[in-house]
Amino acid sequence: MRVSLFITCYNDTLFPQTGRAVVRVLERLGHTVDFPPGQTCCGQMHWNTGYQAEALPLLQRFVDQFRASEVVVVPSSSCVAMMREHYPKMAATLDDPRLTADVEALLPKVFEFSEFLTRRLGLEDVGAFYPHRVTYHASCHGLRSLSLGDGPLRLLRAVRGIDLVELERVDQCCGFGGTFAIKNADVSTAMLEEKISAVLDTSADTCTACDNSCLMHLQGALHRQRTGVKTLHLAEILASDELSPYQDAAP
Amino acid sequence: MSEGPLDPTTAPTFPIAARAAMGDAQLRNNVRHATNVIQAKRARVVDEMPDWQALREAGKQIRQHTMRHLDIYLEQFEANCTRAGGVVHWARNAAEASRIVVDLVKQSGSDEVIKIKSMTTEEIQLNHALEAAGIHPYETDLAELIIQLGNDQPSHIVVPALHKNRQQIREIFQRTMHLPQLGDQPQDLADAARIFLREKFLRVKTGVSGANFLIAETGGVCIVESEGNGRMCLTLPETLITVAGIDKVLPRFQDLEVMLQLLPRSATGERMNPYNSLWTGVHANDGPRAFHVVLMDNARSEILADEESRQTLNCIRCGACQNACPVYRQTGGHAYGSVYAGPIGAILTPQLQQMQHAQSLPYASSLCGACYEVCPVKINIPEVLIHLRNQVVLQNTAGIAGLFDVEAAAMKAMAAIFRSERRFKAAQRLGRIAETPLVRRDQQGLGWISWLPGILGGWSQARDLQQMPQQTFRDWWEKRSNHDN
Amino acid sequence: MTTSSPLSARAEILQKIRIANAHAPDTAIAQSAWSDLPRDYKRTSTLAHNAVLDLLADRLHDYDAQVLRSALADLPRNIAAMLSARSIQRLVVPAGLPPEWLPPGFIFTPDDSLSSAELDRVDGVLTASTLAIAETGTVVLQNVPGQGRRALSLVPDYHLCLVQSADVVQTVPEAMARLQPTATLPTTFVSGPSATADIEMTRIKGVHGPRFLDVILIV
Repeated sequence: MRVSLFITCYNDTLFPQTGRAVVRVLERLGHTVDFPPGQTCCGQMHWNTGYQAEALPLLQRFVDQFRASEVVVVPSSSCVAMMREHYPKMAATLDDPRLTADVEALLPKVFEFSEFLTRRLGLEDVGAFYPHRVTYHASCHGLRSLSLGDGPLRLLRAVRGIDLVELERVDQCCGFGGTFAIKNADVSTAMLEEKISAVLDTSADTCTACDNSCLMHLQGALHRQRTGVKTLHLAEILASDELSPYQDAAP
Repeated sequence: MSEGPLDPTTAPTFPIAARAAMGDAQLRNNVRHATNVIQAKRARVVDEMPDWQALREAGKQIRQHTMRHLDIYLEQFEANCTRAGGVVHWARNAAEASRIVVDLVKQSGSDEVIKIKSMTTEEIQLNHALEAAGIHPYETDLAELIIQLGNDQPSHIVVPALHKNRQQIREIFQRTMHLPQLGDQPQDLADAARIFLREKFLRVKTGVSGANFLIAETGGVCIVESEGNGRMCLTLPETLITVAGIDKVLPRFQDLEVMLQLLPRSATGERMNPYNSLWTGVHANDGPRAFHVVLMDNARSEILADEESRQTLNCIRCGACQNACPVYRQTGGHAYGSVYAGPIGAILTPQLQQMQHAQSLPYASSLCGACYEVCPVKINIPEVLIHLRNQVVLQNTAGIAGLFDVEAAAMKAMAAIFRSERRFKAAQRLGRIAETPLVRRDQQGLGWISWLPGILGGWSQARDLQQMPQQTFRDWWEKRSNHDN
Repeated sequence: MTTSSPLSARAEILQKIRIANAHAPDTAIAQSAWSDLPRDYKRTSTLAHNAVLDLLADRLHDYDAQVLRSALADLPRNIAAMLSARSIQRLVVPAGLPPEWLPPGFIFTPDDSLSSAELDRVDGVLTASTLAIAETGTVVLQNVPGQGRRALSLVPDYHLCLVQSADVVQTVPEAMARLQPTATLPTTFVSGPSATADIEMTRIKGVHGPRFLDVILIV
């Protein structure tokens, strides 16, 4: 299959290793990956913060970049949720029948990364090897907007060597919420504290998720508190195999 | 404790009030305990309903339908209630509603009233209006009694004193009921309230209530409650005055079959709350001889006019969103500066008030969606929050002042960057350069930022930020493609 | 509106609603739209009647109500047993309760417009019921002979409620359908004794309504 990768703006800039891992997994599974270079941002930050007028042109850009794609894979549940929950309404706002039709045609072809593996390809074992104690954080968008269910966990259970530990109160938000973490820093920090303590209770050395936004938030506190727990996007665990096991980034 | 009535027009912004609330460890423990218990109870009785999602859908559709034909159903209710001996009054706003109630109480010849817990009367601060007119209101719901005697404010729609624990309640009762020996077992405290209020129930001639549902088809009113204080207020006085928002109407009696399943399970985690009272106008030899209903608008018709947010009016005041909300669970209710706290408050308050008084409330959410998931009538609260955020932005960026809005300027600049691949790549490079002075190396030799300037400082108060990688994904991809070719 | 006089609150509110909804009132459309509302939830019984009775007893036990099954002929004896177990002596009874149901050895005061204070001085109340809902453990009382006015089952501290097994339904929708013809009567749904969870979410039985509720199921 020819898979178009929508990497998302913050993965592109801050977590390129996640994108590389997605490419690695998909190519290992025999798929061809392309990367439309005109892509930037899905518009989530603007839309969710109230800057609707600023978000609208980004919808048009996304559609232009991916209109011809066979499938679009996105390693971020919150960006996929943004598209599924808001793009149809945004297109309607713009009162552009062609755009509305394009959005309607494109959305069923857009998949969050784990969702693509479990639902579109019907896979659980993608040939990964990661001999570590791991806990999985279900991001709110993955859990509630995309209803990923136990899909990511099934992928993780099939990883060779993994010691998977469940996180207490897995349905609780980590407190990121985009600009919420800045606008309501105290409340966000309190929510984060609860999540961090749940992560530490698992004694996992790795906390994973389908969203680097949550992971960046968790990582911020895990590093600040010198816990030694690292955060890895699910794709990075699935990319790790015996031939080329995961290695910490070199300085 | 909250000083003075919760008034969005004078309340501090949410982040400031939240910081103060979170400094109160006792409050946080109380709120966490209570919300944990209700959530667990709710989950148990919802999970035993295989048709829960069908009930939610029906609930949503009934409420949506009602709002679409609200004028018809209000007129039907008025006609049927009047035919049954009730008197219907209409109030445009809080002041008008309060004035009607005060006049009716005076006409009833009483200078005191017994009251059932009612968020609508809290919304219009009816007790203040009554007291100003020399009428003493007795709150009879246990939690409202605790609030009234403690000179406190409600912090939850269903369990208004959830922020108080048994020792704090004992202290209030000991002091105000003059019971120095009172124990702190919940049963002791409930018994004290029973004795304290029974005399009032038997004596006071005028009752004031809210309403859970008004039934257009019959002109009847339905109130759900637990303690029996509601039944006391509804049946023993000679005069009953019910204050209801115009959103409380249901088309038909049959619609209760949906609401009476959704509401108790969502609100208190019970299969059915102990008492539901239904009455229609005035009944010979049963209950009050005079019955008044005040139908109050108070901005509801304006909410109705907003296609995006009118679903707010579908709310049946169960409080499930409050219990599920990770923000509410940290701060409790008072931080919202309104009697409507939590997610529903964050969308309702800014619409009931002029938005400029509650601009911070639509942002008091991480948009995690837990509220939407538990809402018995499927109000998409995150969607309404986002819509209201847009209203805030439009309000703040209008006119000349808008040009100096730092956040708006940054957002607009970001949007311009995202509109062009070239600008985006340049910004990625520029970001790496700009952050360099802030980057420090850790023991592993990796670069981290532990301090951020200005509004971004909220992030670094508890979190580090990893240095931006030297190579973006698109640079890597480009290089790899060139190599392959 | 051609007059310049200010609108009444009623007219103004209704006008604002009509503008918000952008359509004139149309009762026929409202009626047909209401009929088309989806009702895909459970609306009929899924259990055999005996199982429904068991479920009712089970749910009432959950509320700490005592439940006894009795044949009609044994009713006086079973009422006496219930009352003795609770040490109840003086009860108020609504008009229309069959006198042959009442056992000797207790004081049954008919409700002859007793004042609230008088109601407060009896030990308990004995009533029949309109129906019961098994899934929620609810008995429903209306102002009809044998059940009486609402204050009766409210002010006394003990309530013994008689339920005919034919009046027990499984679900809330079945109950509302049966109540529809008498929907305008004063109606009270009672699900267990008066209770509160306002203090630390601890369920406490008995605040203002009866603290004790027992049910005899007439089979």
